[in-house]
Amino acid sequence: MKCQECHKREATLHFTQVIHGNKLEVHVCEVCAKKKGYMTYPEEAYTLHDLLTGLFNVDSPQVNSQGASLSQIQRVRCPKCDLSFSEFKRIGKFGCATCYQTFSERIDPILRRVHSGNTKHIGKIPKRKGSNLHLKKQVEAYRSELHSLIENEAFEKAAIVRDKIKELESKIQDKEAGDQT
Amino acid sequence: MTLQQFMNETISPWMREEGPDNDIVLSSRLRLARNFSDVSFPTIASKEQLNKINHFFQENYEHTSFQDYENFQFISIPDLSTIEKKVLVEKHLISPLLAKRSQAAAALISKQEQVSLMINEEDHIRIQLYFPGLQLTKALQKGFEFDDWLEEKINYAYDETRGYLTSCPTNVGTGMRASVMMHLPALALTKHLNRMIPAINQLGLVVRGIYGEGSEALGNLFQISNQITLGKTEEDIIVDLESVVQQLIELERTTRKRLMEQMTINLKDRIYRSLGVLEYSRITDSKEAARCLSDVRLGIDLGIIENIPKNILNELVILTQPGLLQYYAKKALTTHERDVLRASLIRKRLQLEG
Repeated sequence: MKCQECHKREATLHFTQVIHGNKLEVHVCEVCAKKKGYMTYPEEAYTLHDLLTGLFNVDSPQVNSQGASLSQIQRVRCPKCDLSFSEFKRIGKFGCATCYQTFSERIDPILRRVHSGNTKHIGKIPKRKGSNLHLKKQVEAYRSELHSLIENEAFEKAAIVRDKIKELESKIQDKEAGDQT
Repeated sequence: MTLQQFMNETISPWMREEGPDNDIVLSSRLRLARNFSDVSFPTIASKEQLNKINHFFQENYEHTSFQDYENFQFISIPDLSTIEKKVLVEKHLISPLLAKRSQAAAALISKQEQVSLMINEEDHIRIQLYFPGLQLTKALQKGFEFDDWLEEKINYAYDETRGYLTSCPTNVGTGMRASVMMHLPALALTKHLNRMIPAINQLGLVVRGIYGEGSEALGNLFQISNQITLGKTEEDIIVDLESVVQQLIELERTTRKRLMEQMTINLKDRIYRSLGVLEYSRITDSKEAARCLSDVRLGIDLGIIENIPKNILNELVILTQPGLLQYYAKKALTTHERDVLRASLIRKRLQLEG
């Protein structure tokens, strides 16, 4: 069926209008429906984010270990950007990097929901900023190596690994001191 | 402005290049979301803070080059006219959200338009890279190199556990969204795609129509992208996406072959009718244009139509968007005027090949 307004496009909207008791059947396409004001479209289409904002709100009421009530937690504000948790839930977006620490306890369930159960990043590490992270991971690897060397009583090799760990740890300390200045 | 000039100005140079599996995958895109560690995210930051970020990019990156990405142009979004903004959105160089921001939004775009950096969108930085055909692995490699280059001067918001911190929790972790634009006329025609979508979703991937509203996909063009950004490495995300895309390519090819064998005359009829509409019609809305362009492109891929280049689909689907038509006309147009101009532009474009 063609649209009764433009007679060109397919009519996709079919409804009955009642004006002063007179019934009137209307068959129009979306374009004409919009023009004639039959349909009021929201400014933007319903986005994925809108859906997610809904998801964030599905929180089971809980009481945390300190016995603080839900509303108390809702009132916590981020010290850096002043965003509250209820504001976050309303807009679905954090205000700053610090929010991730401020609301860390509340974030896990949200992340699990949107990332198929995942809460931890295992991908790229920034080169410059993350260089300490690379070093820390290396120290961890050396530690477990040291452990097995000692168990096998390979003390000479263990001493070498121990020195490597010391060296890396002082590097990490220097860097951390440098980052703070 | 002649049609040739208009096309030279509006078709991104990279789109003219050939790419792997170009018959089905039109382009690959990689997007990385990044933020400054010590500034509030754009959603709540002050005008001063956002302006500072803008200046930082203008001062440090305007007219610079990185590898093959030459001569970055700095574009201040609020300074653009409505039509100019629409043009950038329709070319996918900026997002509708960035276009809407009234202050301190900017873009840095490389000369070939392969890299577009959105500044102060939802996040401070959105790096976008485009490649013709299926080139996800290369996109990731280039994206990482570009990211490292930016990081030389920027302290990123990064957390050991959560990864790259973003305004929206749906992007946190890798901050990466990889996507491909696919032309899937046979899978759409046979309704196979609809049945495959739930399975694809289960792998953390999303399928959606690129143009058009709601569930409708104009021109049988679909975007497949990753939904999950946390708990998976970038490489794994790309591998998963690529393997699904490869399977879709195979299925699309076999379905096309089967259609060709079983319904030759029906298929030819449909394709030639669409070519007729494009060559002779005087009023064409974007829906009809996209449908016919998709049919004609399928005809080219199947060897039914000769003498018309493959990229006519990607080119004309973009060129006949409302913003670009008005840019071509150099004035605002009503829907009817646009439908008339669209028909005439398509006719002229096909005559160029005559």
